[in-house]
Amino acid sequence: MRFDELLKLSKEEPILKNKNIAHLAINLNKIVSENSVPGLLLDVKEMKNGVNIKMTVSKDVKIKEPIHLCFGLTHEQALQKINLNILVSKNAKICVIAHCLFPQAIKVKHIMKARIRIKENATYVYKEKHFHGVQGGVKVDAKTIVKLDKRAIYKNTFVLIEGSVGKLNLDYNVTGKEESVAELMTKVSGSGKDIIKVREVNNLIGEKARGVLSSKIAVCDDAKAEVYNVMKATAPYAVGHIDCQEIIQDNGEATSIPIVKVNNSKARITHETAIGSVDQKQLETLMARGLNRNEATKAIIAGLMS
Amino acid sequence: MNILELKNLSIFLSGKKILDKLNINFSQNRIYAIVGLNGAGKSTLAYTIMGLSGYRDIQGDIIFEGRSLKDKTITQRAKKGITLGWQEPARYDGLTIKKFIMLSAKEKNNNIVSKVLTQTGLNPVDYLNRAIDKTLSGGERKRIELASILAMKPKLVIFDELDSGIDISSLKRIFDSIKLLKSYGSTIILITHNLEIIKQAGYSFLLCGGKLVLEGNINKIYPYFKNECFICAHKNKPKNKPKNNIK
Repeated sequence: MRFDELLKLSKEEPILKNKNIAHLAINLNKIVSENSVPGLLLDVKEMKNGVNIKMTVSKDVKIKEPIHLCFGLTHEQALQKINLNILVSKNAKICVIAHCLFPQAIKVKHIMKARIRIKENATYVYKEKHFHGVQGGVKVDAKTIVKLDKRAIYKNTFVLIEGSVGKLNLDYNVTGKEESVAELMTKVSGSGKDIIKVREVNNLIGEKARGVLSSKIAVCDDAKAEVYNVMKATAPYAVGHIDCQEIIQDNGEATSIPIVKVNNSKARITHETAIGSVDQKQLETLMARGLNRNEATKAIIAGLMS
Repeated sequence: MNILELKNLSIFLSGKKILDKLNINFSQNRIYAIVGLNGAGKSTLAYTIMGLSGYRDIQGDIIFEGRSLKDKTITQRAKKGITLGWQEPARYDGLTIKKFIMLSAKEKNNNIVSKVLTQTGLNPVDYLNRAIDKTLSGGERKRIELASILAMKPKLVIFDELDSGIDISSLKRIFDSIKLLKSYGSTIILITHNLEIIKQAGYSFLLCGGKLVLEGNINKIYPYFKNECFICAHKNKPKNKPKNNIK
């Protein structure tokens, strides 16, 4: 498979031709395509097994169009390391859409280490979508550390619902100062012998800091999922919520471990967890409209993951 | 012609008899009400006809268009043209109203979704791409369910407490939708204890303790239901030989 075919898969091809949209496309450790826009500094260095990326958004710059990142592998076997350092300066605002494409993977390891600093009153929205092949030969190990300054906003969405997950290990650690907002959403659908591990830690250290950790996981066949959500509030009026929904089918196994720590009487954290098979009423409503059990289950899970 | 026949239909739930030898016939393209106090077995009857899980182990039989439904799954019953409107419709995180209605629709085209939403008083522009989640009120979900049933054009539909969550001003539009379903040839069974709903039915059956105790038009059913059932000392335990004109 060629890289341009990979880009077609992600529907990113036309975007990469648009000079008004910033992008960076990486195949293993090679920069395939790169474009920047005013106010955005992209510093990319190729390494032996991957790339070092430094992305800086200048003060007061609000980039209108989302920045597109494409990390792909046309290989069947490979190790890819991505080091991502992001600085969103004061009052800046960006949205990043990242595609991670491993359609041919038989034995691929994708290691991502991200350090993100969002300065005062800045906004960083990150949407990462994975496309894996059906062989289940991908191992993703992603660690993200985020520091939010006063009134900074961080919204992260991770989606892996196409292809076989393989082994997924997500680890987020977010710390938010005064009036900052952190919203993390993870949607993963596993099957076969997939192993999904999600660890999200949100430290609300500033007054009126807010955080939401949401996970929507579906596992079937012999897939296993473990979601570990930690929300800590140490400042007055900090507000947090953990919401974990896991649907299991067949021999799937799901674990949810919510940990809530509050050491300030004026802070408040709530959590809700639901693990089980597809809701019976949802299922029977669709069956009463003529769908069979499998069709109804697929529709419900597709909705949950959308 | 009878579209649905309950023959000596009984069901036990957790060892308790909830429906007790019901013999009821429903003719094609008519509107019926099943009336009774809480615990009379009305909802159980709806679930049993639909064949929901936990409601399949019946005694007697349910005949639809001349054939037994006893061994049929929910999906098979739905494919024959039977459906159910729940008292409290399900929520679906992420599933859009458009998709939900399309899944139910007999004719799969985009126009049908807007059409049925409009028929139930919902503006398609505002609702098409919304998820059926907790951002919708109970009344909105009720109308969306009704819209999905309009799109399905079933032969037989059972509505469990149709007015639940619906404000009075919206009831007229709901009734218009019921009439529309009737115009499609549907038979409609309304499970209720609301007079306004009973009025929509041409014929009603009064249940008490899982037994059929009275049947007839509203003039016969409602005064009895109002004057006898609400003050009855033996609620849902009907006497063996009830008084005059009781079955």
